[in-house]
Parts: sequence; structure tokens; C-alpha cells
Amino acid sequence: MSRVLVPNEALANALGANELARELQVRGHEVIRTGGFGLAWLEPMLVIDGEAYGPVQDLDALDAVALGPLAKLPELVRQQRIVFDRCGHVDPMDYDPSWLLEQLEREPREIIEEIKASGLRGRGGAGFPAHIKWQTVFDAVCETGAPQKYIVVNADEGDSGTFADRLIMEGDPFRLIEGMMISGHATGADKGIVYLRSEYPLAAEIFANAMEKAKALGLLERFDIELFIGAGAYICGEETSMLESLEGKRGEVRFKPPVPAVAGLFGQPTLVHNVITLCSVPGILDMGGKAYAEIGTGASTGTSTFQLAGNIKRGGLYELPFGISLRELVEDWGGGTRTGRPFGAVQVGGPLGAYLFERHLDTPLGYEDMAALDAGIGHGGLVVFDDTIDLVQQAHYAFAFCAHESCGKCTPCRIGSVRGKEAVAALASGEYTEDRLEVIDELCDLMEQTSLCQMGGMTPIPVRSALGEALSRKGEVN
Amino acid sequence: MPSSEAIRDLVAACVGQVGAPVTALRKIVDTHGHIEDEHVRIVADVFNLSLADVRGIVSFYADFRTSPRGRKHIRICQAEACQSVGSRALTKEMTEALGIALGDTSEDHAVSLDGVYCLGLCASGPCAMVNERILVHATREELLR
Repeated sequence: MSRVLVPNEALANALGANELARELQVRGHEVIRTGGFGLAWLEPMLVIDGEAYGPVQDLDALDAVALGPLAKLPELVRQQRIVFDRCGHVDPMDYDPSWLLEQLEREPREIIEEIKASGLRGRGGAGFPAHIKWQTVFDAVCETGAPQKYIVVNADEGDSGTFADRLIMEGDPFRLIEGMMISGHATGADKGIVYLRSEYPLAAEIFANAMEKAKALGLLERFDIELFIGAGAYICGEETSMLESLEGKRGEVRFKPPVPAVAGLFGQPTLVHNVITLCSVPGILDMGGKAYAEIGTGASTGTSTFQLAGNIKRGGLYELPFGISLRELVEDWGGGTRTGRPFGAVQVGGPLGAYLFERHLDTPLGYEDMAALDAGIGHGGLVVFDDTIDLVQQAHYAFAFCAHESCGKCTPCRIGSVRGKEAVAALASGEYTEDRLEVIDELCDLMEQTSLCQMGGMTPIPVRSALGEALSRKGEVN
Repeated sequence: MPSSEAIRDLVAACVGQVGAPVTALRKIVDTHGHIEDEHVRIVADVFNLSLADVRGIVSFYADFRTSPRGRKHIRICQAEACQSVGSRALTKEMTEALGIALGDTSEDHAVSLDGVYCLGLCASGPCAMVNERILVHATREELLR
């Protein structure tokens, strides 16, 4: 009888992990359902008495997919897994709260100092320094004596090419509960709400189980957690839209200021963070903020949970220090395109991220380095395309997606996206005329400068990067 | 099909939760498949909202469909990661094979074809769902099976 780790994770399950787990049980093995390791091309991946195998199709033909000892698997060993250190190795419900309880004895000010020293910035896309939000929510108590403060977790992971939130919530939900409870303790909030998208049913089920377990451990007596399931609106990943949705309304974005840290959910001080930001907190407190700040590059400290997606041979999640180059990720880790065709482009940071090309590949992935290219890291997702990419079509899609998902509150986004879609369609169907390009350019300026939130404000980024490249290539041909 | 009383109980059970009207509508969709006018009236009544408020919420969220879906519900991811591995061609093949456009339901209610924006399985596209089942590396043959 062997001890077998079988992932209970959406991708592995889609590829047959549930059936493998049942068969292993029938054969009398001890089966432990863990999270996934995030190595998509090896799923379903089994660990049998410490030896890794993947992708496993047939339990009687394991030798053909033997990967060697898990502890030496290069794709894992070469990562620096701080957020994901437990994920994949353990049954997520097998949790010992003693470390967490120790942290909750620490002085709130001391915790905020550690976060400040770590240089942690928001992992959802904006990259805002976390400690400023924490301090603001912390101070809100002293100044106004507000009766209720909230922690709101943004698990509305809608960017194409991203799945870090899903993987951690399926594989190590207690990492998120730790982050929530520590941030709640530090800021004086005793209620936390997780806003999870409806496209992640397994994450919802596993997180709900973790909440039950937390309750049984007595953890929820000091900090209440509620799980809210979204209803298929990309815009609800924008923090103020999310707050409206949590108040049971249409997810229309709010004017800022006031920022949520001052007046958020139901008008109360609210700390809104992405899942991975909060899941970075336990590692920071464990190693100390200063040590964490030494990882990474410049003002981009620590690790990012990069997600390689799209047309890529070895896609998946790789937790690595900021500063790794796009080329290292796409070529060394990813192994190039899945179709085997030449690399065409990589869209970094979701549907509002820039399309980058061969000449950009040596850029280090840090907040400032990417900003210098008019690009961003977003939530760390990289979608790779081969050379068959139709850049005009992608620019059209960027506008179309914005038109589809715009909350409709501000005119530049609501109408600009529709007009932009029409203009790019006209461009695609006929000649590249000067006046069409001017219209698109002016529209992009307008959306950037006057949209209420980043949905309209950042749609010009993929549009400009894709169209600009398409036009310069056309110029070379002519 | 749940009765009006059953729907009312479902909705009433959400009172007091964060985001209750949205959660109530989601539960209606989960149990009934879509939202009918009668359900809008129930939600408005239970939460003391206007009909316009509730219709506004329904129209905002993609999950809140107001027409019955087909017995087989096919959803194909339309987002970039799946585009990069052929989701546009797959979608076109499916609309041709089924004779309906994306977002439509066949006249006999046998099948609905919808888009979805990301299932979070972006290294293994094109991705799709058939009812509750998730498919990765999806093909026309598998979706039609």
C-alpha cells in the first residue's frame, strides 16, 4: 500500500484526477487529496511515496511518466514558493492553527511595520503599497470610532491567463484565512468577506469547507468570514464595483475619493486586497519584512505568482522573485509555444494589459520596468500567442470586451468602447486610412484621461500596443 | 420546477447576508435555471426594492439569464488565452454544427451555446463547459458528444 497525493483541483479534475483517486482507493492505497502544484502540463500529477508522476493517464503505465522524486522536481525546486509553499503537499483541511494564533498575539502596529518593511504591493494589478491601506484602515478607528471595519478579499479573478487565486483557494484556503485574520487583527476589522467569481465552483466548495474547519477550530469567534459568490461580471473585480455588488446592487463603480480604506463597504473603512496580496502576508511575517524586501528587484519586492497561459508548451503557475525576464519565463520555463510555431506576442496582465513582442522579451518583470513600456504586470498572467496572431483582431477584441463588460456608469467607457470597436472593424475591413487612425487615437486619449476606473482607462493599452505593432509591420511590408 | 412558495423561501433565506439580493437571484438561477418576472416580483417584495431596482440587477450580471436554457448548455471560453489556441475557430465550428449563434438556444430547447469569459484553466485551452462538466483542450467532437 502506498501513500498517494492526488490533486483535487479544477484542471486536474477535468483531466481525470477524481477517477484516478477512486481507482487508487479501490486498489487499497492511502489517497490524500491535495491542491495542485500548478504545473498544468503535468496534470494530473500524482505523488506516490514521494515520487512524482505526470501526466498520468493509466495507473498501469506509470513508468512512462515518471518524474523522479518530488523533492527534486526542477520545476518546483527552482521556484521560490512563499505563497504556495504548502499548496500541493498537504490536504488543505489538515491545518494546525498554532502559528496563526501566535501572530494574532502580536501588536497591530508591529505587524503593519513588518508589512511596510517588506515593501509588499497589491498583487491584483494596481501595485499600490499595502501598508498605506493598512495604516489608513487602522487609523480610521482612532479618528472616527467607526463601529465596523471590513476586510474584503478580491477573488473575482476575471483576467484571462490568471488562475493563482483559484489554485490557492483550492489548494491552501487556510493561507487566505491566515492573511485575512492577520490583516483584520492589524487593522481592527473583525469581519471579512471573500468575493469569489461564480466560474470557480470547486474553489467555492473547498473554501466553504475551510470556513467550517476554521469554525470548528474556534478561529471564527474572533473574526467572522463570509463567502460571496459573484454572478459573472468582470467589472466586479474593480474594488468599488465589488463593494456595490456586495451591497446587493448593480456593480457600478463609485467615484473616488473617498477610497474604500476610508469609506468602503456600507460606508465603513474597508481593506480591499487581492487574494495573493493577503496570501503573501503569512510568509512576510514568518521571514520578516526586511528579509522579504531583499527578494525581487527595486521597488518590486518579494515574489510574484506568474501564470503562463495561452499558446505555451509548459504553462502553469510559477512563483518567482520579481525581476525575472519575460524571455526566461516564456522560453526557459514555458518552453515556447505549444503549437511549435515561432513566438508572436505575449499579453501581460490580462485583458487590460499590453501586447509585447520579441524586442521586449528581455525586460525584467517589475512594476517600474513594465511601466516604462506602457505596460503593467496586472495579476501576473502572461498569455502567449504564436506568430499567427492577428493583432488588429486583438485590438478589436480589447474594445469589444470593454463594451461587453463596461458597467455603463461613465460615458468614455460605455460609448467609447463601442465606437472604438466600430472604428477598428472599419480599419480591419478596408484600408488603413489616416482619419480612422486619428479617431482611434483620440478616443484612446479620451478614455485614458476621463474614464472613472481602469476598465475604460486601460483598454487603450492593449488597443495601442496591438494596433501600433500591426501598423508598423504593415509599413515594413509596403 | 420550484413553486413560487419555494422560490420565496429561497429568497427569504438570504435576508441578512451580505449582498443578499444578488445572492437570492443567483440561488434562483441555480435551482430554476433562469429568472422569471414572477421571481423578480418576489425578490423586490422580500427586499423592499422597486421592480426597476431588481430588473436592473438582473440585467447587469451575465449569470442572470431570463430565458430558459437548453437541456445541454455549452459554454466556450472567448477570452484571450483560449483565443491563442483556437477558440474562435472552435466557436465558429460549433455555431455551424448547431445552426445557432453564440448566445442562442435551439428552437427545441435541446441546446444553448454561450460564451464565457475565463474558467481559469488558461494553460490548457480551449476551455469549455457542458452543463457542469469542464472540458480542457476542447474539440468540436467532444462538445457535440
